Amino acid sequence: MEVPILKQGDVLIATFQAALSDDDLSQLRSGLVQQVVRFRSHGVIVDVTAMDVLDSFASRTLREIAHMIRLRGAETVIVGIQPEVAFAMVQLGLTLEGVATALDLEEGLSYLNQKFEKMH
Amino acid sequence: MAHLEQTVKDMKDTGARNNQTLELPRSNVASELLRELVAHLRQNRTQLREEWVTRISETRLLTAMTKDEIFAEATSVYDSYVEALETGTFEALQAYARNLSERIIPRGVETHEVVGIVLLLRDVLARSLFAKYQTDFKKLNRILDAYEPAANRIANTVAVGFVQERERVIRQQQEAIRELSTPVLQVRERLLILPIIGVIDPQRARQLTEQLLRGIRTNRAKVVVIDITGVAAMDATVANHLVQTVEASRLLGANVIVTGLSPEIAQTLVTIGIDLGKMNTVGDLQGGIEQAERLLGYKVAALGEPN
Repeated sequence: MEVPILKQGDVLIATFQAALSDDDLSQLRSGLVQQVVRFRSHGVIVDVTAMDVLDSFASRTLREIAHMIRLRGAETVIVGIQPEVAFAMVQLGLTLEGVATALDLEEGLSYLNQKFEKMH
Repeated sequence: MAHLEQTVKDMKDTGARNNQTLELPRSNVASELLRELVAHLRQNRTQLREEWVTRISETRLLTAMTKDEIFAEATSVYDSYVEALETGTFEALQAYARNLSERIIPRGVETHEVVGIVLLLRDVLARSLFAKYQTDFKKLNRILDAYEPAANRIANTVAVGFVQERERVIRQQQEAIRELSTPVLQVRERLLILPIIGVIDPQRARQLTEQLLRGIRTNRAKVVVIDITGVAAMDATVANHLVQTVEASRLLGANVIVTGLSPEIAQTLVTIGIDLGKMNTVGDLQGGIEQAERLLGYKVAALGEPN
């Protein structure tokens, strides 16, 4: 199942659904990286609230997305990681280094807005 | 007959519970003998009880209790004992054992003492049977055949009752300690503190992490101050766990500040080689809260001179 990418102001929002295949994830990565420049967005939010597990491929893809978006001139924030998922990820050594995280969509938006204000 | 069925049922129940199969063959002859035995024990109640209490003080059991208390308990135990022998049901005795344990465990009575006094009673009664039937060995044999399995069951029931009660108390206390030990407190909007006091074992560490991560979600916290001033030392496993907790909190979008690291803990963290870029540490709780306020954009100002 493909992940829909929504545009909200100058932010792109991608919400993960439960079961996602590795192909879906790769597709999402290229979709986001293309659209962020097309829409001149300054931020990207990836919402993983629905995920009750994030394996190493998903974590790596999230990190790649964040770094590629940075290279394309925008900021990424991952939101909605569940407490159990967070601890499981850390135990597997998947700590999403260098990637911004926030509690939920609202927090993610306010984080991006703050960043954006600072830039201007 | 109904009585007998009840007995058999009880035995199966208790047998299954205690994971042992102790079947009492209760023919009519055996129950006849038991009746005679019970009558004997009733008749000599005062004397046998006296002797039992004397033996208890001689062997220095139940030193936590006064002589009068021992005598009072001994009377109840004796009567329950005889009743269990007579009816072959152990529920009343079990209930009494539990009740007794509840009363004497807080006073520091040990398992060996409880088992010891029940075994003493068994021996005192057996001796009195020897004395009574010393002229008729065949009868003595049969009486003992009826008496021994029942007496062993009783000893077993009391001991198991005592140990179970003890375990229940221990479980209850562990639960209480666990609940008391991990408060997650909100001191300002979006600022939590987690003061940790005492020894952290891996189990408690896991529980702390769970509570903290949940607290971050429910309070929508952005900054968490973990104060470990009250923790003297931690081993490498727990230290690693602490680092993981900090990282997991970050994944939920919260900043963690650790305060009050003792020299020993600092040593442990350096020895396991943690990445200092991941850990934000401040000397004391006050400094930690001040830094948290700065992160949250608060500015604390004094309103003139203090009174």
